[in-house]
Amino acid sequence: MRIDELFQFHFMTNALIAGTIVAVTASAIGWFVVVRQQAFAGHTLSVIAFPGAAAAALAGAPVVVGYFAACALGALALAAVTGGEARSISHESAAIGSVQALALGLGFLFVSLYHGLLTELNSLLFGTFLGITDTQVLVLLGVGAGVLLMLALVARPLLFASVDADVARAGGVPVAALSTVFLMMLGLAVAATSQITGALLVFALLVTPPATAQLITPHPGRSFALSVVIALLVTWLGLSIAYFSIYPVGFYVTSLSFGLYVLVRLVRR
Amino acid sequence: MFAHEFMRNAFLAGTFVALACGLVGYFVVLRAQVFAGDALSHVAFTGALAAAAAGIDPRIGLFAITIVVAVGMGAAGDRARADDTVIGSFFAWILGLGALFLSIFITSSSSSGNGTAAVRVLFGSILGLSASEARLAALLAALAAVAVVAMARPLLFSSVDVEVAEARGVRVRAIGLAFLGVLGLVAAEATQAVGALLLLGLLSAPGGAAHRLTANPYAGLALSASFALVAMWGGLVLSYLVPSLPPSSMIVMLAVAIYVVATAAGVRKARNPKLESVS
Repeated sequence: MRIDELFQFHFMTNALIAGTIVAVTASAIGWFVVVRQQAFAGHTLSVIAFPGAAAAALAGAPVVVGYFAACALGALALAAVTGGEARSISHESAAIGSVQALALGLGFLFVSLYHGLLTELNSLLFGTFLGITDTQVLVLLGVGAGVLLMLALVARPLLFASVDADVARAGGVPVAALSTVFLMMLGLAVAATSQITGALLVFALLVTPPATAQLITPHPGRSFALSVVIALLVTWLGLSIAYFSIYPVGFYVTSLSFGLYVLVRLVRR
Repeated sequence: MFAHEFMRNAFLAGTFVALACGLVGYFVVLRAQVFAGDALSHVAFTGALAAAAAGIDPRIGLFAITIVVAVGMGAAGDRARADDTVIGSFFAWILGLGALFLSIFITSSSSSGNGTAAVRVLFGSILGLSASEARLAALLAALAAVAVVAMARPLLFSSVDVEVAEARGVRVRAIGLAFLGVLGLVAAEATQAVGALLLLGLLSAPGGAAHRLTANPYAGLALSASFALVAMWGGLVLSYLVPSLPPSSMIVMLAVAIYVVATAAGVRKARNPKLESVS
C-alpha cells in the first residue's frame, strides 16, 4: 500500500477534487444549519435529491440535473411550509416530515416504474466516488463557488437573523427572505454533497463537522474555519481509506466524522 | 381482492400498524419529535441490515436495538430538549453503518448481488408478509396502540405544559421515556411492514393533519388514527388495482394528500382569529 498510488488514477484525483469542493461547501452552509437548528430540514433536502435522481433516470436526463432541480424545488417547498407567519415547532416538524415522506414515496415510485438496476439505487442512497467525471467536477466547482459567494454576501445579516430573529426583524433585516435564500443555498449544497456521500449520508459533512467545531469554540469565525478544516480532513481520510478497502466511502466518512464528534464531546465534558 | 392471502395479510398488518402510527404520530407531532421518529426508523433500518448481513432473523436485533436507542436518546436529550444536532450527528453515523452492512451483505451473498435487501428494508414489502408475520405485526402494533391510549392523559398533560404537569406530580421524565420506548417499538414494527423510511409518512402526516383541524386532543387522536387507516387502506387498494404502483408509495402519498387538504382547511378556519393577534 503506497500513498502516492492515490493520485495515479484519474478517477481518484477527480474524487479527491470533488470531495474537497463538497467538503468546503457543505461545512460552510452546515455551520449555519447548526446555528439555525435546521438539521431536520437539511436531512429532508438530502432525501429529496433521491426522487430527483430517480426521476431524471426515468426521463432519461442526466442524473445531476435531477439532483439539483429536485433540491431547488424542495427548498422552495420547505420555505413555503415553514415560513408561515404563525411558526410553531410542532406544525413545522409535521410539515417537514410530510415533505420528506412524500419525497421518498415519489422516489420509490420512480424507481419501480424505471425497472432499472437496483445497484444504482445503492449509489444514489449511499454514494460512490468511483465514477466522478470531469464534467461533474466542473459542475460541482461552479455550484460550490456560487453557493459560497452567495453565502459571503448574506453571511452577516443571516447570522443576525439566525441568532435573534425578532431583534433582526426590528432592525430592518428581511428575515423571511433570508430564510428562503438560505434554504435554496442549502438545497444546492446538499445536492452537490449527495453525489459523493449519497443522499442519506450528507449529514456527515453538513452537520457533524460544524457541530464538532461549535463544541470546541464559541467564537463564530474560529468555529466556522474549524468546521471547514474538519470536513476536509474527514473527506480526504475517508476517500483514502475507502480506496484501499472494499467497503463504501460513506461508511468511513460518517464514522470518522461521528468519532471525532464523540471524542470532542467526551473531552469537553 | 380478499381472495388472495397476501392481500388479507397486508390488510391485517396494515390496519394495526396504521392505527399505532396514527395514535403515536399525534403525540410525536405535538411534542415536535418527528425528527426523532425519523432517526429511529434509520436505526431500525441499520439493525435489520446488520441482521441480514449476519444472516439471522432481522426481527430479534431490530426490536431490541431500536427500543434501546429510543430510550437512550430520550435520556441523553433531557437537558437540551429536541437537540436536533445530536440526533443528526448520531444518525448520520447509523446510516453509515447501514451502508457498511449493506455492502457486507451484498458481497457475502453473491447470488443476489444487488440492492434488493436494502430496498426491502427501506421501502417495505407489505404485500410479501406471511400469515404469521402479519399476525405478529398486528399483535405488536395493537400493543403499542393500547400503550399509547393508556398513557394518553399524563402524556398529553406533560407534552402541553411541562411545569404544571410536574407540579401536579406527573412523572414527566418517566412518561417521556416510556413514550420514546413505544415510538421505538412502532418504528421497529412498521419497518417490517411499510419500510424504515416510509414509516415517517404515517407518523407525521396524519398527526399533522389532525393538529391542523382540531385543538381537542381526543378528537385529534381519533382523527389522526382514522387518517392513517384511510391512507393505509386506500394505498393498498390502489396498488392492488394498478399493480405497477408500489403500495408504500401510494400509502404515503395518500397520507400527505390528507395532510395538505387538512392544512388548507385549517388555515382557512384559523385565518380570522390569527389576524387579531399578529405578533
